[in-house]
Amino acid sequence: MIALVAEIVVSLMIVAGASFALIGSWGLVRLPTLMERLHGPTKATTLGLGGMLVGSVLFFRLDQNLWSAHELLITLFLFITAPIAANMIAKVHLHSLRAGDPPDNAGPAGTPPPPPGAADWATYEAPHRDTPVATSET
Amino acid sequence: MIGYAVIFAFACLSLALGLNLWRLFRGPTIGDRIVALDTMVINAIALIVLIGIARANAVYFEAALLLAMVGFVGTVAYCKFVLRGDIVE
Repeated sequence: MIALVAEIVVSLMIVAGASFALIGSWGLVRLPTLMERLHGPTKATTLGLGGMLVGSVLFFRLDQNLWSAHELLITLFLFITAPIAANMIAKVHLHSLRAGDPPDNAGPAGTPPPPPGAADWATYEAPHRDTPVATSET
Repeated sequence: MIGYAVIFAFACLSLALGLNLWRLFRGPTIGDRIVALDTMVINAIALIVLIGIARANAVYFEAALLLAMVGFVGTVAYCKFVLRGDIVE
């Protein structure tokens, strides 16, 4: 009985994970510009791969009677790195718009307005004095 | 039952990789291609995990963990190259 319930849960996790991976990739194709396209694959990363990995933890508990923590390591690593990769890609987008990409590539929201105060966005500015980047380039 | 779920998941992930490939070729900007490559790595990790389930072999997770690390480094290196014209400054 418990084995049957575990099997149903594992199957549901695998199906849900694969569906979310497909939805994320469909979003990548379907959404209009890069800033919107960044949104789709986040579903594939968190829900899709997360569901698949939880399913595999339960599967190996069911099938071989062992708990393995490798899957949780993969989940942890992806959850740490996904925002950093997305930030870098967004910076690429901002700089390519600034370097003269056609303005319709800015998407429905347009280019981001300048932040309040005198300073521009940090990624547009030259390195400030006495920061590690500035001192390494002398 | 798990067998049917695995077959369904293989079909979904193959279709997802095909959609990513379409975006990779279509572009239009270089950022779109980076996002497409990043998503392809995610789907490839999911595919490796799924092969591990299908074969009931836990060794495949080492490959998935390695690909998770290398894929992130590849994405960041590509972005750095586009932003700065150099990877290691």
